[in-house]
Amino acid sequence: MIHKPDKEQAMTKINSPEDLLRMKEEFAGRLNPVYSPDDLTAPVRIRVAMATCGIASGAREVMDYLTEELEKRSIQATVTRVGCMGYCYAEPTIEVTLPGKEPVVFGEVDIRKADQIIEKFIRLGEPVDGIIPLNYESIDK
Amino acid sequence: MTKHKQIRIALRNCGVIDPQAIGEYIARDGYQALATCLTKMTPEEVIDQIKKSGLRGRGGGGFPTGLKFEITRKSVSDQKYVVCNADEGDPGAFMDRSILEGDPHSVIEAMAICGYCIGADKGLVYIRAEYPLAIERLKIALEQAREMGLLGKNIFNTGFSFDIELRYGAGAFVCGEETALIHSMEGLRGEPTFKPPFPSVSGYLGKPTNVNNVETFANIPVIINKGAGWFSAIGTEKSKGTKVFALAGKINNVGLIEVPMGTTLREVIYEIGGGIRNGKKFKAVQTGGPSGGCLTEKHLDTPIDYDNLIAAGSMMGSGGMIVMDEDNCMVAVAKFYLDFTVDESCGKCAPCRIGNKRLYELLDKITQGKATMEDISNLKNLCTVIRDASLCGLGQTSSNPVLSTLDNFYDEYIGHVVDHKCAAGQCKALMKYVVIDENCVGCTACARNCPVNAISGEKKQVHFIHQDICIKCGACYDRCKFNAIEIQ
Repeated sequence: MIHKPDKEQAMTKINSPEDLLRMKEEFAGRLNPVYSPDDLTAPVRIRVAMATCGIASGAREVMDYLTEELEKRSIQATVTRVGCMGYCYAEPTIEVTLPGKEPVVFGEVDIRKADQIIEKFIRLGEPVDGIIPLNYESIDK
Repeated sequence: MTKHKQIRIALRNCGVIDPQAIGEYIARDGYQALATCLTKMTPEEVIDQIKKSGLRGRGGGGFPTGLKFEITRKSVSDQKYVVCNADEGDPGAFMDRSILEGDPHSVIEAMAICGYCIGADKGLVYIRAEYPLAIERLKIALEQAREMGLLGKNIFNTGFSFDIELRYGAGAFVCGEETALIHSMEGLRGEPTFKPPFPSVSGYLGKPTNVNNVETFANIPVIINKGAGWFSAIGTEKSKGTKVFALAGKINNVGLIEVPMGTTLREVIYEIGGGIRNGKKFKAVQTGGPSGGCLTEKHLDTPIDYDNLIAAGSMMGSGGMIVMDEDNCMVAVAKFYLDFTVDESCGKCAPCRIGNKRLYELLDKITQGKATMEDISNLKNLCTVIRDASLCGLGQTSSNPVLSTLDNFYDEYIGHVVDHKCAAGQCKALMKYVVIDENCVGCTACARNCPVNAISGEKKQVHFIHQDICIKCGACYDRCKFNAIEIQ
């Protein structure tokens, strides 16, 4: 099952700060759902850095590949396009969040690497080369 | 103490949300700041918050943003404009593009807040046509914001209306200068005019206009949401918050980083940037693009902020940071930037149009090894004249790369002029490829690969490079398996 967030959103007018808050909660639930690691039906969340830099180094092919292959291999996942993650030296980059786990960023992901990530990291939870350690503070509480 | 050197404020959503899905932006407090401003604060209170935050323009000038809002607010007019400067022109700088591609709504929201502050109902984004993906995502974002009623008439039922249009630039560097940018938007030639009047008094179509850079805008929603105090706790005494830098050049981790003001160059280059590529020695880092200067080893521990960079002979600029190693010739670097400036000078004022051309020619002469010491003193004089007499920021700062390399790498200039040597081995006119007789086995590989037949010699005999024919392409050097060719 692949989410297509921008198509799913029914556009409703926001007329007040209360509307906005309601909308925020609704979208937040969809963006960062809480799953337990044991929940086998919980989707894996994948973000693909798709700014000009990423696309130029092949991120679109990687995203298409991931979308198709995850579906073919019957793995529950959402694959979304995001902006630049800042790791220009390692494009294309993707971030994979296994249910109930911390996000992991992989660099220099080509089709071969994407396949490894699906088979080893997502299916078996085994590490794959090319992990970029988190190097910044987020301003989220 | 925080664990990491970086804090992402302007880049908070880049790489996290889908830039084409407004819901993901809303889920991360998007449009919350606009709601707060419109329903709970007066424009004066918002301006006061921004002033207290200490936010300064991220396009390079470093003008206090809150003060700019206030001046534009106080200008009396029937119509005012908010302009977002997305004409990122410094070679090697791409932070504005990344923000627009990764988080376009943060800029839209901040522009609406700015409109509320100054009393404008119209915003314009001046963006270069070379950024097609940023334009596409911005258009989608604008469309979504309109559909949800976050742009348009009567936003949040408060009677406040605001909408944004795009204006495309053709990629002229000078159009990043605000008066030239405004003329370009008006359909006139992209040439600067004398300030004052400042755009905040008389700008687009003669109306008061608040011009701010993409990154400046991207900070504003966070300041409103988290408070001026939270923001001003980050950074140095006079430079608050963070700055996004585009790390490029001879560095391992080329990329986009965001660090608190006051971080040192050493931390940026060695800790975040992963050090110099191939274990080479650090030589200099160029900040501020063609208007900036070079910082050297002695500046490595200087905390980066607006004032320290100016004191060190460079400037913050928009945030391009090009790292150079021992293989970079600093005269050639200065020449590279002058070449850019000569290309990009609009030609309106003579000091910039003619002066920079002459400056380039002098630098070229130095790299050819044909210059004299008199040329060096002329070079200095000319730099000062161009700086003092040019009409706009482009000319006033174009000599900075020359002045700062003269200051920091005077020896290299002298090396070119007096000894006719380029220590970095970059200036082709000053180097020659020579066969080391003891090492040459006469395999003929060099002679066979020389594109201009400049190498002679029999099989199994020592070869010889004819300097008058050699074009210094380096093919022989690359092909020789016996280390028998050296660069002198």
